[in-house]
Parts: sequence; C-alpha cells; structure tokens
Amino acid sequence: MSTITLSHGSGGTQTNKLISDLFFKYFSNDILNQMNDAAQIDIDFKKLAFTTDSFVVNPIFFPGGNIGKLAVCGTVNDLAVSGAKPLYLTSAFILEEGFPIADLETIVKSMAEEAQKSGVKIVAGDTKVVEKGNVDGIYINTSGIGKIYENVNINCANALPGDVIIVNGTLGDHGMTILCERNNLAFEGDLVSDCACLNTLVDCMLEAYDGIHVIRDATRGGVAAVLNEISDFSKVTIALEENSLPIKEEVKGAAEMLGLDPLYVANEGKLCAFVPEAQAEQVLTAMRAHPLGTNAAIIGRVTEEPGNKVYLNTVVGGKRLVDMPSGILLPRIC
Amino acid sequence: MKFVDEFRSSDYSKLLVENLQTIARSFGEKINIMEVCGTHTMTIFRYGIRDILPANVNLISGPGCPVCVTPQSYIDTALDLSSQKDVIIATFGDMMKVPGRRGSLLKKKAEGTDIRIVYSPMDCLTLASENPSKQIVFLAVGFETTAPMTALTAIEAIKSGLSNLFFFTAHKIVPPVMEALVKEKDLNLDGFLLPGNVCAITGTEPFEFLSQEFKIPGVVTGFEPVDILQGLNTLVGLISQKDYRIANDYKRIVRPDGNVKAKEYLNKAFNIVDSNWRGMGKIPKSGLEFNREFEQFDALKHFEICYEEYDGDSGCRCGEILKGKINPTQCPLFKRLCTPENPIGSCMVSSEGTCAAYFRYYKEPEKMEE
Repeated sequence: MSTITLSHGSGGTQTNKLISDLFFKYFSNDILNQMNDAAQIDIDFKKLAFTTDSFVVNPIFFPGGNIGKLAVCGTVNDLAVSGAKPLYLTSAFILEEGFPIADLETIVKSMAEEAQKSGVKIVAGDTKVVEKGNVDGIYINTSGIGKIYENVNINCANALPGDVIIVNGTLGDHGMTILCERNNLAFEGDLVSDCACLNTLVDCMLEAYDGIHVIRDATRGGVAAVLNEISDFSKVTIALEENSLPIKEEVKGAAEMLGLDPLYVANEGKLCAFVPEAQAEQVLTAMRAHPLGTNAAIIGRVTEEPGNKVYLNTVVGGKRLVDMPSGILLPRIC
Repeated sequence: MKFVDEFRSSDYSKLLVENLQTIARSFGEKINIMEVCGTHTMTIFRYGIRDILPANVNLISGPGCPVCVTPQSYIDTALDLSSQKDVIIATFGDMMKVPGRRGSLLKKKAEGTDIRIVYSPMDCLTLASENPSKQIVFLAVGFETTAPMTALTAIEAIKSGLSNLFFFTAHKIVPPVMEALVKEKDLNLDGFLLPGNVCAITGTEPFEFLSQEFKIPGVVTGFEPVDILQGLNTLVGLISQKDYRIANDYKRIVRPDGNVKAKEYLNKAFNIVDSNWRGMGKIPKSGLEFNREFEQFDALKHFEICYEEYDGDSGCRCGEILKGKINPTQCPLFKRLCTPENPIGSCMVSSEGTCAAYFRYYKEPEKMEE
C-alpha cells in the first residue's frame, strides 16, 4: 500500500506528483488551474465574509462522513450562517508520514464532492508532511470567502424578544456518533453524523424571509453553547421547551448511557435561527421543503424577561438553567 | 425511547405533582427529605423538580457521589502512582478533573503521563493483556454499584492469569454514611429517597435500620423524573401517616434481596473496613478493601506506598454540603473561586456533585412564587 512519505512535503517531484495526481485531479477549476502562488479572483461585490477552521477529528472516517467532508462543510456553514453565499475555499493539509495515500484520496474526493454540491471552488492549498507521531494521521485547515447578500443582516447581537428559535433537525447526531465510534460503543439504530453543507438551506430560509435576525450553526458545545452566546450578545433571555427538542432515539439512548445532555453535544449540519414570530411559519415551511430541514422545529422563544440567560422548561413542568458548557465531555462514573 | 419516555411523561408528571400537593398540603408541616444519590440530585436539577414541589417539601442533596466523597489524599496518591515507571492509570472520566494538592489527573495527562479513561473496570482486562510490559492501575472508586465490577474484574484477571493489573481501591458503602447523617442533630431528616442503583445490588434490607432504629421512612426509587415524583408521593404519604416503612418504588429493577451474584462477588473479594469520607471524616465500616485472597491486586501494597489520608484545606465547605447542612450557594467559594473550569472541591467537578448541579442548573427562585 503506498503511503505518504516526508518527500511528499519537500516541494520536489513527489510533491508535484501528489498535487497533480490528487489535488488537481479532484479540485480542478479555472482559478486553481492557473497555479499561481496566490489565487487571483475578480469580485463584483462590496461586503465579504471570511472565515477559517481547522479539523482534527478522530476517527478520520466515521458514519456519515470523514475529516475532508467535515472540513468543507464546516467552513461553508460558517459563511452561510453569516448570510453569505460561499464562493471560494483554501485547504491546507498536515499529513503524518506513513498516512495511506488511498485514504487521502478518499478524503480529497469527498471534499471535492461537497465543494461541488455547495457551489464553492477550492482555489488554493498547501501540503505539509511531518514525521510519524507528530500529528494524528491528518489535519486539515480550510478558509473560505463568501459574498454577503444585500439586505441581509444576520448578527448574533440581533435577537429580540418575540423571536422564535428554529432548528433544522435532530440534535447531537455528530458528536454522539464520534463519541461512540471513538469508544467502540455500538447502539441499535446506528448513529450517523449529520455533517452537511447548509448553504442551500440557508438560501431557502432567506428567500422565505430575508429579515431573519440570527442564524448560527450549532457545532462544538451544541445548541446550548450557541444559544448562550446569542443570549449574551443580544442581551436577551431564552426559554427552550424540552418537549419540542428533536432528538433521535439512538442519540437519546447513547446520551443516557454516557451521562451526556444532547443539548451540549456537537452537530455538523444543524443551525439555529431566530425569526420574528410573524414570519416563523413561512421560514419553517421553506425549511421543511428542503432535504436538510425535513425535521425542522421550533424549540423555544426569546422572552421579555430581563437578563441574558437560557432556560429550559422541562417535560415535567419545571424550569432550569441551560448554562454555557465548560470543560471537556467526560463520561459519568455510575 | 422505550422504557425512558414513559418515565418522562408530562401528563403523568402533572398528575403526580397535583397529588403530591394534596398530600403535603393536608399534612401541613415542613418535610425534610434527603436524596442520597448524586444521580437523583442531577435528575432533580435537570428537570427543575424543586420548582414544582409543594412549598413545605424541602429536598436536601446528600453525599451520594463517589467522586465527591473521595479524600484529596486519594488524588495525590493516584498522581504519584501515575508517575511510576511503566504504569498506565485507568480511570472513570469523572476523576480526571478532581483537584489534588499537586494538580489533577487531567493536568498529568497533558504532561504526557499515560492515563486512560475507561467506562468499566472490565476494560482494564483488555488494557492489561494488550500492554504486557506495563502495569495497569485502575482507580477503583464508587459505591455498591461499581464495586462488584471491580471484584469481577479481579476474578477474571485471576482466570486469565494477568499479573499486571492492580486496583487503587476507595470503594465505599452507603448505609453507614446514612446512619451517620441521621445521627447529625441539626439535619432533622424526615425521610430518604433511597438510591435505586445501590439497592439493585444490595436489596432493601441494609436500609431497614432507618425504619427500625430511627423511625425514618425511605423509598427506593429510580432516576427518571417520574420515578422521583412517584417516590416523593409515596414518601410524603408515609411521613404524613407516620408510617416508617422502607418502600420500594423501583420494582422494575430492585428485588428485595438485590443482585445475589453481585453480592457474592463483593463478599468474595472485599472486607468491610472503616473509611474516610471527604469532609465527613472516618465512618465506621463504610469502606471496602481487598481481602487476603485478593491482596495481590492492591496497588498500594504492590507499589509499597504508605497511604496517609487527609482532606484538602482549601476553605471550601464540601463537608457541610455533602451532609446537606448548607447548599452550595452558601459556600463563599461557589461561583467565585470555585467553578467547573477551576474547581476547588470535588463536588464541583463530578457530573453528580451537588455544586456542579447548582452551577449548571440552579436558577434563583422566581419572585412571583407564593
């Protein structure tokens, strides 16, 4: 089996071969193919969104995706939920000596597929190889540029009392899949990561109503972290309804067993939107018509209460705080 | 989810709360109930159950979190063990952040020490056979719920001829600490919610002394919100009728004689000894130690470590919190110096600790309440 060696990162013949056989083969587009040191791009807009993210997920391959798919989706989603049309990505790879080239090809291929699906071009890249043991197989960084839509003003300080909070589907799928894979825990029903590019969904939502106040993707720290940030920036109180939280049976089961709260578990294809109540139904209808929004649901509201806390009205009629997550997710002991 | 959603039913909860209101109102007096188990505490907070209880029903969180009651000296000794040559420490995740005098296991791991999180002591069997040149030390904490697994792991290790697996044991048993609590004068406990998980192993018999000697009723219950509300209904009913029975509301799991097999494992491997509880001191006959037949597994003996027990002098009021004498908001360190990021006491670290529950879920009582 052919593997990555240090010479693949040394800038010579092997590097060029890897670039042409793999990266150009899959990422090929008019801008990348110019092979300049920097991508040169004509633009026709005034306001851009620009973001970067690094991906170190372990395991590299998991049900529903792999590190490459994640690297494209993550950056595309950060642009999309900022009210931007994602246009261009860069991708940088840090590879461990000995990494199977076949695995790298699978990863690059799924990056190309996701890029194509979401309509972005990968216009620049970099590859470094480090000695065995210095990274865990493969790390990927992607940066992205998007064009911010005119008349759209999405900002996490924009939530207002009266807004309803909509999510596009079930919570905690990605994080629970990764945790179970990492610990070889098997659950009936098979967990699958929700990893997906959300930009076409966001387009549908903005088409239904372009005045949406806030959209955020609920990645690390789950919905709990994102809602706490929004409540903090917008200085509003949020009340969630436990009965309305969409959570898959298998995620519930795994969360129970590991002592985790799905509200705090990572998603890679889920967003929270803050929409004025009057427009909520039209946004919800548009979301449900999109394949990534079939299970969209209203999970709570921004209340009139002063303060900047997130509460949960529980299934038994109690009310508790949903605090900012802290520390790492550790399994419970008994 | 099957067998879980039923116990989180909104409609049934509502009925239980209404019924509880009726019983408690007609009784009239203040009722102090301790939930002994940390998992109960977590359910109560996670579902905001204190909010929906009658005004005269007062829930007090007890010492039933194994990480919380482990003395600081245990963590320091675990840190020492982790520094020994060719040692792999295996532990439940909850222990990772508990602060000792010289840092935590999490910090030690960050420095490169080999510390693995396991989900069951049985995982150590694989760890030991896959790493024959290493010595595996499992940090064996926990109550009657986890101790049988430690025993079974040791029994299996003998069967598979593993000689590189050791246990640093601090297992504790629950009934003696409850006896200590009912003897505390200023607690005035009227009843106990008894831990369903412990009783699943022990049965209800070890808790009968509460009823017989101290005239305090108890109800064994499970960990879903409906379990808690059902248990409170039964318990408040018993208290109001001065019926001091130990009742079992968790019959789907708990048999009167418990889990006979698990008790056999406990008896086979352990002796009952006096044990130190963090912030509460030495409690007679409240700990488990390997007996002579199993002493080859005792990490302290194997590594010839002289283990002196002490608590931290951190200014935190864990002891009073564990005994239910104060709640965490009355500790001067709570939320100020002691937070989940920078825990001073183990009650803030453990996922079942009272301070962690208050930190994560507690909201100030609403002013509109009557």
